[in-house]
Amino acid sequence: MAKKTYVEDIERTLYDIKDEDRSVYKSHAGLTEEIIRDISARKNDPPWMLEFRLKSLEVYHSLSLPTWGPDISALDMDRIVTYVKPDAPMVGSWDELPDDIKNTFDRLGIPEAEKKSLAGVGAQYDSEVVYHNVQQSLVDDGVVYTDMESALRDYEDIVREYFMTLVPPKDHKFAALHGAVWSGGSFVYVPRGVQVKIPLQSYFRLNAAGAGQFEHTLIIVEPGASLHFIEGCSAPKYNVTNLHAGCVELFVKDGARLRYSTIENWSRNMMNLNTKRALVERGGLIEWVSGSFGSRVSMLYPCSVLHGEGARCEFTGVTFASRGQSLDTGASVIHAAPNTSANINTRTISKSGGAATYRSAVKVTKKASNAKCSVNCESLMLDDESRSDTLPVMDIERGDADIGHEAKIGRISEEAIFYLTARGIDENEARAMIVRGFVEPIAKELPLEYAVEMNNLINLELEGSM
Amino acid sequence: MLEIRNLRAAVDGKEILRGLDLTVGCGEVHVILGPNGGGKSTLMNVLMGHPKYEVVGGTITFEGEDLLGLKTFERARRGLFLSFQTPEEIPGITVENMIRTSMQAMSGGKVKYLEFRKQLRAMMTELKMDPSYARRYMNVGFSGGEKKRSEILQLLMLNPKLALLDETDSGLDVDAVQIVSSGVAKFHNENNSCVIITHNAQILKYLTVDAAHVLIDGRIVKDGGSELVEQISEEGYGAFAEAVDG
Ligand SMILES: Nc1ncnc2c1ncn2[C@@H]1O[C@H](COP(=O)(O)OP(=O)(O)OP(=O)(O)O)[C@@H](O)[C@H]1O
Ligand SMILES: [Mg+2]
Repeated sequence: MAKKTYVEDIERTLYDIKDEDRSVYKSHAGLTEEIIRDISARKNDPPWMLEFRLKSLEVYHSLSLPTWGPDISALDMDRIVTYVKPDAPMVGSWDELPDDIKNTFDRLGIPEAEKKSLAGVGAQYDSEVVYHNVQQSLVDDGVVYTDMESALRDYEDIVREYFMTLVPPKDHKFAALHGAVWSGGSFVYVPRGVQVKIPLQSYFRLNAAGAGQFEHTLIIVEPGASLHFIEGCSAPKYNVTNLHAGCVELFVKDGARLRYSTIENWSRNMMNLNTKRALVERGGLIEWVSGSFGSRVSMLYPCSVLHGEGARCEFTGVTFASRGQSLDTGASVIHAAPNTSANINTRTISKSGGAATYRSAVKVTKKASNAKCSVNCESLMLDDESRSDTLPVMDIERGDADIGHEAKIGRISEEAIFYLTARGIDENEARAMIVRGFVEPIAKELPLEYAVEMNNLINLELEGSM
Repeated sequence: MLEIRNLRAAVDGKEILRGLDLTVGCGEVHVILGPNGGGKSTLMNVLMGHPKYEVVGGTITFEGEDLLGLKTFERARRGLFLSFQTPEEIPGITVENMIRTSMQAMSGGKVKYLEFRKQLRAMMTELKMDPSYARRYMNVGFSGGEKKRSEILQLLMLNPKLALLDETDSGLDVDAVQIVSSGVAKFHNENNSCVIITHNAQILKYLTVDAAHVLIDGRIVKDGGSELVEQISEEGYGAFAEAVDG
């Protein structure tokens, strides 16, 4: 098979070569029970998990691909097995990584050893790193932070109670796929009343070999407890296979608070079809901070189900689409109880022909008296070839709901550039400053080191093109 | 310091500056007067290299160097500074971030944050600006007068060689004119120069004017000393306009 990767440009030739080789793949075509059993056995699943996987597989076969959103036809579902085979080839060595990804690591100033583990090369990955980061005092308080496989072994009851109850496999085809083939991810449990003061970070784990593709994140914050969880990776997550269908389930109990921050930066060949959902009980608060960079296609709409009275949601997101990318992102909120409120604030940037779509869905059910929701989305197009769309959907079943929606689509003002250059700042830096200024309301929600990383990412995205 | 010879400049194909001459020496203060639409702001924009304005003839040299070959940021780094008639609002970029970035761009080195903060605060106090404005986005939601003060704050912090002040005293209340004028006076010394556009001459209160020029219809139609400023505030431009028409 051709070794070339198509990170920036979409290289037709690669697909063509694959097509010629079709016969080789035919014997493996389609996702079978056998493959699922094999995955399950390798992972030492308990019997109920094997059952769950097999049921998900059935659901997967019964569902069709979404008929809306960006074009994902490049995914060959007949050969889905090549995406999910547990031993699908990861990059074998640092040297085999595409240059632009290596360069990104360099420019972000990530040290050599970390680079290799971030790239998912594997050998450098050491799960100890993560465990040592869980402070002893948290362990004493009963906080659990571990990987999903360990959780399934050590906290089987809890996992069984919650796993894919919020994002059931029948939700959509990729949720079903996830249910069948999931592997890796994080598990966090914060007991009643415990305040986790420092953010828990999954910087390293996400990049473990084979764990970045169908990883499952399950977080449970018990009543009155609080947590900030950060899933961050500023360097591209590179995987030779090109489908990511992760799943994040967040349970925020009565009066609990959870802030869930992610900065994702996928390699440019990736189809990122991720499902994230939070269930918020009485008086609870979910805060999403979401940065979407990279990938060829992204479909990502974190959903907050405001299930208990007075539950709240704050969503802050930024999306950057460049050449060859179609990023379809947004947020969704379901007001399902009285006095629930939500605040959605997003920024999208598109450049060099990239397409960024902001898609939101706000639902207010009959039960949700006095619901409040305010949506503010701003888009910045850096040139004429780029595209930006805003698609808000509202489904309001009550007359007393207070819903606000504000959308702005704009370009960088030449007068603003002139103002900055008249102060001695060169044009590229002036543009970068304006773009960074545009996302500042989001950056300031991030811990400093992540804000810096996001700025670095933006600088990398802007480089050379303006 | 600045020499403009037979400058002709157009915007959207329309010639606005039609053969303009001006010489400003080091340490001098020049005033440019003229009716609305005469081309004063156009001259400022052309001096700073605004991409919308096309120079169709003439020369501009600054300290012996041809300015026309330089980009806007290079002109700024050579020591030109424009206080805008209507300063832009720049969302997301704080006053302190922008000024510090400018200072670093000008000097090519790091500007230490703590020292910078101290200096900035001192200047803001002098301009009677609330120090909390340092953390606000540049000019966003500023009143007209606050914007002008923020321009003078930048002038004082950047300390250029040539300050071009485009109606910095317009739209200010009596106290603010006072503050801005003394700010300009504080900036000015024998090693730098000012070109001041004004309609009411209030900004000149603490300055000694070396020369005044009347700009009408894209040309300097009259040169003189500070007496010209007084004459115009009493008589208007009538006499000069006739000269142009004739
Ligand atoms: N960007 C532009 N696009 C189109 N016309 C312009 C532009 N800038 C200036 N002009 C025109 O050029 C002429 C001179 O404008 P300019 O702003 O230089 O006048 P001014 O002398 O500064 O006037 P004022 O005293 O009102 O500030 C005006 O007729 C104006 O309409
Ligand atoms: Mg003007």
